[in-house]
Amino acid sequence: MFDIKQYEKAESVKDAVRLLSENPNAKLISGGTDVLIRLREGHSEYSELVDIHDLEEIKGVSYTDTGDIEICAATTFTEVVDSEIINDVLPVLALASGTVGGPQVRNVATIGGNLCNGAVSADSLASLCVLDALLITESAEGEREIPIIDFYLGPGQVVLGQTEILKSIRICLDNYAGYGTHYYKYAMRNAMDIATIGCAAAVKMDDGKIETLKISFTVAAPKPIRAKTAEEFAVGLEPTEENIKKIAKQVMNDVTPRDSWRASKDFRLHIIETLAERVIKHAAEDAGGES
Amino acid sequence: MITREISFILNGSEMCIDVDVRMSLLDVLRNEGFNSIKQGCGVGECGACTALVDGVPYDTCVYLAVWADGKEIRTVEGESRNGELSKVQRAYIDAGAVQCGYCTPGFIMTTTAFVEKHKGKDIDRELIRKEHAGNLCRCTGYEMIICAVESCMKDS
Amino acid sequence: MAVGKSVERLDAVAKATGRARYTEDFTLSGMKHAVYVRSTIAHGIVTGINTEKAGALPGVRAIFTYEDVPDIRFSTAGHPYSDDPSHRDPYDRHLLTKHVRFEGDEIAIVVADSELIARKAAKLVEVTYDELAVLNTPENILAENAPQIHPEGNLTGEHEFSVGGDMSEAVKASAHLTESSYKTAMVQHCHLENQIAYGYMDDNDNIVVVSSTQIPHIARRIISEALSFPIGRIKVIKPYIGGGFGAKQDVVVEPMAAWLTLKMDGAPVQVNLTREESLSCSRTRHPFIGHAKGGADKDGTLRFLDLDAVSLTGAYASHGHAIAQAGGAKACTMYPRAVIRYHARTLYSNMPTAGAMRGYGTPQVVFFVENIIEELARKSGTDPLEFRLKNVGITGDINPLNNKPILTHGLKECLEKGRELIKWDEKQKLYKNKKSGNIRSGLGVACFSYASGTYPVLVEGASVRMVLNQDGSVHIQAGATEIGQGSDTVFAQMTSETTGISFEKVKVISTQDTDFSPFDTGAYASRQTYVGGQAVYKAAVELKEKILKYAELITGQTIDRIIIAGDKVVLKEKPEVTVITMRDLAVDAYYHKDRGGQITAEVSYKTRTNAPSFGCTFVDIDVDVKLCKVYIKEIYNIHDAGKIINPLLAEGQVHGGMSMSIGAALSEELLIDDKTGRVYNNNLLDYKLPTIMDMPDLKCAFVETDEPTASYGNKSLGEPPVISPAPALRNAVWDATGAKPDEIPMSPKYLFKVFKKSGII
Repeated sequence: MFDIKQYEKAESVKDAVRLLSENPNAKLISGGTDVLIRLREGHSEYSELVDIHDLEEIKGVSYTDTGDIEICAATTFTEVVDSEIINDVLPVLALASGTVGGPQVRNVATIGGNLCNGAVSADSLASLCVLDALLITESAEGEREIPIIDFYLGPGQVVLGQTEILKSIRICLDNYAGYGTHYYKYAMRNAMDIATIGCAAAVKMDDGKIETLKISFTVAAPKPIRAKTAEEFAVGLEPTEENIKKIAKQVMNDVTPRDSWRASKDFRLHIIETLAERVIKHAAEDAGGES
Repeated sequence: MITREISFILNGSEMCIDVDVRMSLLDVLRNEGFNSIKQGCGVGECGACTALVDGVPYDTCVYLAVWADGKEIRTVEGESRNGELSKVQRAYIDAGAVQCGYCTPGFIMTTTAFVEKHKGKDIDRELIRKEHAGNLCRCTGYEMIICAVESCMKDS
Repeated sequence: MAVGKSVERLDAVAKATGRARYTEDFTLSGMKHAVYVRSTIAHGIVTGINTEKAGALPGVRAIFTYEDVPDIRFSTAGHPYSDDPSHRDPYDRHLLTKHVRFEGDEIAIVVADSELIARKAAKLVEVTYDELAVLNTPENILAENAPQIHPEGNLTGEHEFSVGGDMSEAVKASAHLTESSYKTAMVQHCHLENQIAYGYMDDNDNIVVVSSTQIPHIARRIISEALSFPIGRIKVIKPYIGGGFGAKQDVVVEPMAAWLTLKMDGAPVQVNLTREESLSCSRTRHPFIGHAKGGADKDGTLRFLDLDAVSLTGAYASHGHAIAQAGGAKACTMYPRAVIRYHARTLYSNMPTAGAMRGYGTPQVVFFVENIIEELARKSGTDPLEFRLKNVGITGDINPLNNKPILTHGLKECLEKGRELIKWDEKQKLYKNKKSGNIRSGLGVACFSYASGTYPVLVEGASVRMVLNQDGSVHIQAGATEIGQGSDTVFAQMTSETTGISFEKVKVISTQDTDFSPFDTGAYASRQTYVGGQAVYKAAVELKEKILKYAELITGQTIDRIIIAGDKVVLKEKPEVTVITMRDLAVDAYYHKDRGGQITAEVSYKTRTNAPSFGCTFVDIDVDVKLCKVYIKEIYNIHDAGKIINPLLAEGQVHGGMSMSIGAALSEELLIDDKTGRVYNNNLLDYKLPTIMDMPDLKCAFVETDEPTASYGNKSLGEPPVISPAPALRNAVWDATGAKPDEIPMSPKYLFKVFKKSGII
């Protein structure tokens, strides 16, 4: 039994925006794996709910006319993992989505909810960052597009306004076509765990050299980050073991993990460097480069 | 108290009940006498409350009862009929996968969905592990549970 | 004949169909729900408590604080009452407390119409404290100016023994000496069913408590003590229980449930802990800090082991120093020819309360022993397996603690069997070239010894009642409790074996009700098949004799010529000749107007022996050095548990113990903040209980000795599997990497430090 004081079921995104506008205390609930847990913990700020669970309008994965990929926000992780489109062209997202919690959680938790709760350990996040995902939202003020890297304000905080709903995640053709990718979730367990460090990379090769490297980390800073110094450093390098080690060292300039009871800063830095090497290597191989 | 009328099929029988919107599916199923739904954590970390919703395993402790409207729900109570155990139930017993029994109903439902999903396919222990990772057991070390699932797949 | 067969467990269908009823599945209309108000600090004195807001919440029926509870100190430890005061557990707690001793201590309790209301109300109770220093290291706990956690001081217990000869001479005689310090973490049982009990009153005089307990009869005695309420007017019922592993050998919620119904005019009141409460506010395994020394001859003969252990019992003693005592004693029979000194202290600390947990101190002490043995083996240039083979006990060795011969000691055979199974020699050679680079391979072995029950420290008795039903079937009521380990099933097997009545005709009443169930102290100390088995045997013999005597009376066939075979009495020499069916015999006994009566046998028997059991773990691992992760490729437990009564159930016990030890070795620890005593991870996401994806394939084997003191040749098996996997894993990590871990869990965080220190990363 949850301490729910107000409950409205939204029939559409428009309806949800209306309900959120009518009640400034209302919060959205979709998959429920975050909101219900917080309610159980006694967080009364979640006691007035607008329910968008299973809203067909924002489920599913599709191509746009321009070849971009549109992942609707209420698509569950299981649907993402099982999606043919995702497996064909965004395998890095399928890989990451398969590491979320356990099967039961993936069956109900949504990719949009994973982003909106603001957790810096979100499993889909690093992959979406290297894919330069655009987040499409709708609010009382209308629609807008937010680059994923600008979506986060800090731990647990995102830029969404009170009436704003994440509708979909768009991956542009330019940001996935021709890239080799990889993701690694480092955690203490092989399932049902939160990432100690998450690392995704996308590599585009040109004539045996790295043309573009995108590398992103979660739990390596207060917000998800792209390791820009390393990305710039990598341009034009052959993905040899030695070079990859050098690139991984550059990553250290871009990350600021913290000490916590979950893991020390030193340990996280070590894992970041280790993952950077492995993930870049895999991504480069995936892109057709030898290493 | 805010209530909603919901209809769903539970173990093959149609149900139409008024539910308090504050209730989880776990609360409703237990109130209806389906005690195989066990509460082990309340936050979707142990899988003891697993039921199938439209053939897919869910943690009913973090699933609002109102969401069950229009769905087909299965619990382990519905898996045996007239004293005849389901293949999965029989496999758990024969493999020695039952000890204290508290995780057993949830595990059996996860396996039931697994067996139906992968029927006729070649599966390995890694896939069994991956798709049972949301159910915790402290008695068996999982070994005999994996054996039980393997034996179900062999027969299917 | 049923012993030695993998018969289907009696409760399997009930559990697989969801029909088995656990405590929460019994509901009474009008049930009230009680939720504790727990301290938010780890050490201090409550200076004020305001229940006004909480009490105003609709649906709240009562709030009780430490001021309302009886001024009676009691102990929650589930031991039988000891006639020796020195063996009694410290009576150190009240039902609620003003002096809070860990984060989560019980200050008040709210009773409400629903659990949701009770939880909301409990959050609204305002408490103020005078904070005291938080003590959680031996240094600060024993500091001269340290605040006293209990009026008796911060030392819960201390003892020392030295056996096997003179220590200083053994040291002098040793060519190889080594010493190290070790640590084991605080881990938790994580039974899937949390602690739960409810109480109600049938009338004005009698309290009924239904509880998920391993120890219904002991729970009854402790409730009686805690409430100063006559034991004869308390009834404890134990339905199916969702795991215990020792945590439910402690009476965590039962006295409160009993007291609340008393206060609420007999209304039913349930206390149902959340997972978070169960993890950090019930019981844990004692973390140990140890220092070990060892010495060996030039030729690799073990001369001595010198162990010093500090055990942190947390806020309350619970089983207290008994854990450190038992751990030291049970580890002695592994190497009975060496000089062994063991000194242990148990300290109170401002941490969650530790209690009994599978292995009862032995996993910690054996971790020290098998680590130092490994160091000695390596120092003396001997293969660790050879070193053990040379030094472990054999049948006929004298147990140095009680000076009695060890009648069955299969450890050496276990080691030989494990050597074959894991292909030790072959892999040793193969892995010589896999000790550098990032992925390194290694092998590990570790031994253990354990006991079968608690005798002679505590009384070991069991009681069994057998009743012949009208249809020729038998009902057994045992005080011993089925907690998932399969004791009901093996009791039925034993009964069938001894009487000749078919297994299918024997039913064990799984529920204990202290009004009806004969006395037994419960499920702990791996005592059920050994101690309970002896009472079952004696009752079965008595039942068989009574049945045959009655058959003689009504058929004229003399007792020496007849036996029971399945559902009939037959001629011994010509079993195809039926003398009388069991059904006809039973009907005659029940309903004949002039003879017979209900045929029953009831035995209450005190065991005065205790058979040590043995075994070992072999493990083959890869270590990804940079990721600081251990991958188990193959792991075997090999056990000498005497004769195996039910191979399938036995394997299940072994797998479960192995997984618990693997968890403790690699990932599990309940973490607290050093400064504040705050528990960081009392949930199943942050407490790293292994999932099915973290557990390797588990394998086991048995060396079947025939223990003469047991009725069926059997020895303990419930707890032993949890002892040796952790040190075997530690030895394997050392073997693979050359970096020596001295703590468990060997989590990536810890291995990072170890690898860094040794320069391999």
